Amino acid sequence: MNTTLDSKIPSGPLEKKWEKHRIESRLVSPNNKRKFGLIVVGSGLAGGSAAATLAELGYNVKCFCFQDSPRRAHSIAAQGGINAAKNYQNDGDSVFRLFYDTIKGGDFRSREANVYRLAEVSRLIIDQCVAQGVPFAREYGGLLANRSFGGTQVSRTFYARGQTGQQLLLGAYQALAHQVALGGVKMFPRTEMLDLVLVDGHAKGIVVRDLITGQISSHAGDTVILATGGYGNVFYLSTNARGCNVSATYRAYKRGALFANPCFTQIHPTCIPVAGSYQSKLTLMSESLRNDGRVWVPKKKGDTRPPQQIPEEERDYYLERKYPSFGNLAPRDIASRSAKEVCDEGRGVGPGGLGVYLDFADAIKRLGEDIIRERYGNLFDMYHNITAEDAYKRPMRIYPAVHYTMGGLWVDYNLMSTIPGLHVLGEANFSDHGANRLGASALMQGLADGYFVIPYTVGNYLATQMGKKISPDRPEFKAAEQEVRDRIAKLVSVKGKKTVTTFHRELGLLLWDKCGMARSASGLQEALQKIPGIREEFWQNVNVPGDSQEFCQSLEHAGRVADFLEFAELMCLDAYERNESCGGHFRVEHQTQEGEALRNDDEFCHVAAWRFNGVNQPPTREVEPLVFENVKLAQRSYK
Amino acid sequence: MNFALKVWRQKNSKTPGSFVDYKADDIPEGASFLEMLDIVNEGLIARNEEPIAFDSDCREGICGMCSLVINGIPHGLGRVKTTCQLYMRRFKSGDTIWIEPFRAGAFPVIKDLAVDRSAFDHIIEAGGYISARAGSAPEANSLPVPKHDADLSMEAAACIGCGACVAACPNSSAMLFVSAKVSHLGLLPQGQAERYRRVIAMVRKMDELGFGNCRNHYECEAVCPAEVSATFISRLNRDYAVAVTREEVAV
Repeated sequence: MNTTLDSKIPSGPLEKKWEKHRIESRLVSPNNKRKFGLIVVGSGLAGGSAAATLAELGYNVKCFCFQDSPRRAHSIAAQGGINAAKNYQNDGDSVFRLFYDTIKGGDFRSREANVYRLAEVSRLIIDQCVAQGVPFAREYGGLLANRSFGGTQVSRTFYARGQTGQQLLLGAYQALAHQVALGGVKMFPRTEMLDLVLVDGHAKGIVVRDLITGQISSHAGDTVILATGGYGNVFYLSTNARGCNVSATYRAYKRGALFANPCFTQIHPTCIPVAGSYQSKLTLMSESLRNDGRVWVPKKKGDTRPPQQIPEEERDYYLERKYPSFGNLAPRDIASRSAKEVCDEGRGVGPGGLGVYLDFADAIKRLGEDIIRERYGNLFDMYHNITAEDAYKRPMRIYPAVHYTMGGLWVDYNLMSTIPGLHVLGEANFSDHGANRLGASALMQGLADGYFVIPYTVGNYLATQMGKKISPDRPEFKAAEQEVRDRIAKLVSVKGKKTVTTFHRELGLLLWDKCGMARSASGLQEALQKIPGIREEFWQNVNVPGDSQEFCQSLEHAGRVADFLEFAELMCLDAYERNESCGGHFRVEHQTQEGEALRNDDEFCHVAAWRFNGVNQPPTREVEPLVFENVKLAQRSYK
Repeated sequence: MNFALKVWRQKNSKTPGSFVDYKADDIPEGASFLEMLDIVNEGLIARNEEPIAFDSDCREGICGMCSLVINGIPHGLGRVKTTCQLYMRRFKSGDTIWIEPFRAGAFPVIKDLAVDRSAFDHIIEAGGYISARAGSAPEANSLPVPKHDADLSMEAAACIGCGACVAACPNSSAMLFVSAKVSHLGLLPQGQAERYRRVIAMVRKMDELGFGNCRNHYECEAVCPAEVSATFISRLNRDYAVAVTREEVAV
């Protein structure tokens, strides 16, 4: 095993590590901070909060996003809530318990020190957001309300109706807007990062395309901070926004940053099923529905009767049958996989047989329609709007969909990648969720990284860079710009017969089939054989109409799909080499007798980080062993 | 389903645009309005024509990126939904559908149906925030907020910043947008310190950017996908009046 990765985890007891690290971290004095220029790419919870906070500290920040406004970043779509170990409910929560739940939920494939720090700062996040005016739900006495969420036994989730991500993002966006007004941040909306620029091995800038004018330009900075989200759209259909992409992190990978655990993807169990090939995205229905809905499919294969006509004894409530104690509330990965199993058996419902019922009839009988309407009315309305079906009268149809990616660029405890000066925050890094993320933890991580981690750790790098100002006129920038221009020219000059979407959809179907909810060595090998073929055809037969010198959406999409076509191979390779099951990564060869993910801690208790070795060269798999000093590795059980 | 489309095509902000006819044939009734346009665009690309430019991102009604005026109404017939949440089954096969960009002086067209709404960002930059430096926040429960105030604040905070209110207003007013932010922050105890400074700064920026004033048409409320109530405009007017008076007497 090749181990060159230094995670820089501080020594000492777990609960003292972050404090010790902060004391030992290097500081940049106020008069020197204004001499540093920082580049932040992405304006979601991680990027927006980082850009605002770093500007508050006195740094000069440039922030870039491809959307028309930083307020549109996909963090906005998070529904459920944000976890914090406040223990306001007096129900036994603590920093350690949040830490433990997150480690266990991630199936023991994340770093203890990082996760503990996340749990620690979770409490500060709530203070910060309340001070900014985030309108969290409250009790009648005016204090903050909490609710429970999957995979935990305490109520620690803070929420703002079903729009928690929106409200947290607006908090960060408003702090960012304030700094823009004060001159601390210069904002570049509708601007896409197309390459990372290294000078003497350090990340010192980026090349961007202005999406309105098509102009290619360079920006130099003393450090580059990527907060560019996840890569779920490699599957074409996902719950991600249309624009979400892997390009920024993938270009950084090609410049030498190691990509960790790319095969760790999360499939969310409660989404509206695919209706047809024209479909452009999948819609998530809040997981809270599983509190009152019962999941079932017909016992008989190919049973096409309407659900109301299928008698009770001919229904299989498979989650209740297989997991009597957690039942319909089994964790996301288990619920998703079980749905796939019954559909693979030919017992799925709805168009194409890719769906299972989520039935509220019992709950309506027990509680009355009014209570159900009060609890889930907006979700039932949304379901009706999309499917034209009335879930008060007939069961909803749901099916799993790609939702989040735990993998990302490898970072150390300072959130710095293997390229000096390149920091990575939020979903774009790999650090905190292991092989499966718990609900209400993504928002927590994004804001932890941006408000409370990077402001402390960035000094460790910047303090070594005093007086090393880099000009964007250097040849490294000119060379990177030329590469970007050449690639765009190549994309528009193919003038083939197939649309970008056709290729994206083809890739997505292959990955969903071979590298989705269940993976096998033979399936992954097949995918690894087919992906280069799709990629080759893309570069020979894609049609990218429009003018690259102006607003050109097909070019934007083409560039992103070209990167997905390379990245997909890395993802399948990682899934193939990780010859165990853990969390969302389910290798059919490795399961318990009950069909649960079976880890192989002897051989795979590590992070796999991939090094790019050049075009057409196989990447190298490096490992960071995971050491557990404070928790005991156990087989997850939700029975 | 089959439709006859009349789509606004405009090369860029400097070139005049016009309506162009397209056919949208064999559209599944379960397709969203944007998916219908995706299908039309796939056909255009196959014929080597330039696809219709339009904005969208989350496609689940929350990011505020999608726009479009459909048959004269921002976000179309859906009412209380964004364009991405409008499904073709709401139309009749054979319908003629007019599709235009959001039109307002402060929202210049970028290309075809995509417009520049950065004016909204500039209004927020002028004062749509609570100054709260990271690290200095007090304990979250140290300042209780009555549930009613928190709920009302949330109703205003639900604004997705799409700009439909401006597109629907005969006067291109951004009053609903501004009132939503002024109310969201002004209803909370945390927002009191900057309450009057905020309202003056935001309203003046709104005027400066070329948005009109409110003339009580309430078209904004009728098309708002986040159901932000026009009563927040009264709250804005009240706060503005108080703020101006305070300014005049230098309180």
